[in-house]
Amino acid sequence: MWQIITNNWGSFLTGFWNTILSSIIALVFSLILGVIFALLEVAPSKFGQVIAKIYIAIFRNIPLLVIVMIFYLIVPRYIVKLSGFQAGTIGLTLYTSAFIAETVRAGINSIGTGQMEGARSNGMTYVQAMRYVILPQAMKIVIPPLGNQFVNLVKNSSVLAFVAGFDLMYQAQLIAFSTFQTIDTYIIVGLFYLILTLPLSYYMRHLEKKLVN
Amino acid sequence: MKKIKRFLFLPLLILLAFTLTACGQHASSNVYQKVKESKTIVWGVRADTRLFGLTNIKTGHIEGFEIDLAKALTKQMLGKDAKTDFVTTTANTRIPLLKNGNVDAVLATMTITPERAKQVTFSKPYFPAGSSLLVPNNSKIKNVKDLEGKTVLAVKGTTAVDDVHKYAPKARILQYDDYGQAMSALKANQGVALTTDNGLLAGIAQENPGYKLVGGVYSNAPYGIAVNKGQKQMADHIDQALNELQKNGTYDRLIKKWFAGIPGFSLKGVLK
Repeated sequence: MWQIITNNWGSFLTGFWNTILSSIIALVFSLILGVIFALLEVAPSKFGQVIAKIYIAIFRNIPLLVIVMIFYLIVPRYIVKLSGFQAGTIGLTLYTSAFIAETVRAGINSIGTGQMEGARSNGMTYVQAMRYVILPQAMKIVIPPLGNQFVNLVKNSSVLAFVAGFDLMYQAQLIAFSTFQTIDTYIIVGLFYLILTLPLSYYMRHLEKKLVN
Repeated sequence: MKKIKRFLFLPLLILLAFTLTACGQHASSNVYQKVKESKTIVWGVRADTRLFGLTNIKTGHIEGFEIDLAKALTKQMLGKDAKTDFVTTTANTRIPLLKNGNVDAVLATMTITPERAKQVTFSKPYFPAGSSLLVPNNSKIKNVKDLEGKTVLAVKGTTAVDDVHKYAPKARILQYDDYGQAMSALKANQGVALTTDNGLLAGIAQENPGYKLVGGVYSNAPYGIAVNKGQKQMADHIDQALNELQKNGTYDRLIKKWFAGIPGFSLKGVLK
């Protein structure tokens, strides 16, 4: 097993780096998109609600692989050329953002309506009330489920392997095919994913404790 | 439906177990003497490879170049009234089936390699297979050297990376799980060419108008007919029959029948 690591160190490192990069990009943008669509969903505007509902319905209910394949195979033919890494990361972002939107919406809804009414009657606009009163409380509540989404996101980034995105799983498949040491290779890759997901899990737990106290 | 399947499955399994054990006994005897007496050769063939051996869904028969070649070889070896039997094999099952004696010879897109030659005895090559390139009709790529600095598409688990890098060390190679995905990626312009065996590419080209083979073969991996290790007499008779078929024009006729219409497929090195 050690030999597989030393012989393919470069491949593993490239894969590890691409997985980290794709995960970080997708994490940041899916959080931003997720919060935006959650706000749209609870906004008083009917139009915003419909838009958010359609967006979430589409990206939450189609398998990630299909979304990524659309961006990899169909979008480049008609709109803009996307590499496997780009298509995979975009698909991952949109897919995760739909789940984050639902999570954040649940958090906002869990804050009693009295909070919004109180803020408004104290002279705040709707946006101000959302920004300074509702969202800070909601985000605290949704940290544990958000942590789940983030860990899932890192693991889901293995979808890049299907579109030649040069991530960890892609490298693992190539190494397994060339060395025929399938089991050992996948165990090593599992450990690499743990290196990413374990600290992330602990950080989210730490954040949860810090914000509660 | 499920019940019926289970009903049929068990007796079939028992039958299979019996045939497997029964056939195992033949493995050590002389295969050529056996086929000469029974006037039947059991060929291991592909049923999933376009142009070589593919099951026709309408008729249920396997059709392809290798099937026709097997029939011609059988007639050449054993006379006009000889019969052919076909057993479907895959890349994983063809050598075990041969070792067990379930098939007399394997004619199933099998590249002659030194590792395989330790397990089986090969005839002389019957098809000059090798890596080639598939490109869109309007492509400027002429041969493998034009791939320098470009992106090439291949399938995981093949020798494409080493083969391409021999001629174009700076080519970037993207690898996919299967040929369907790799072909879709070529259509989406993710790379300039798809590379694998010329025979497989010919099958893909036949199904996808607008794409052609270019540059001939840039790495040789010829197909050979395999018989069980030590069945020298059988291998010699296959070689002899193959020579005669190539002399009397039957071989060329079969090649033309299956490969003449493929855009860019060079018949030059193939016809005898």
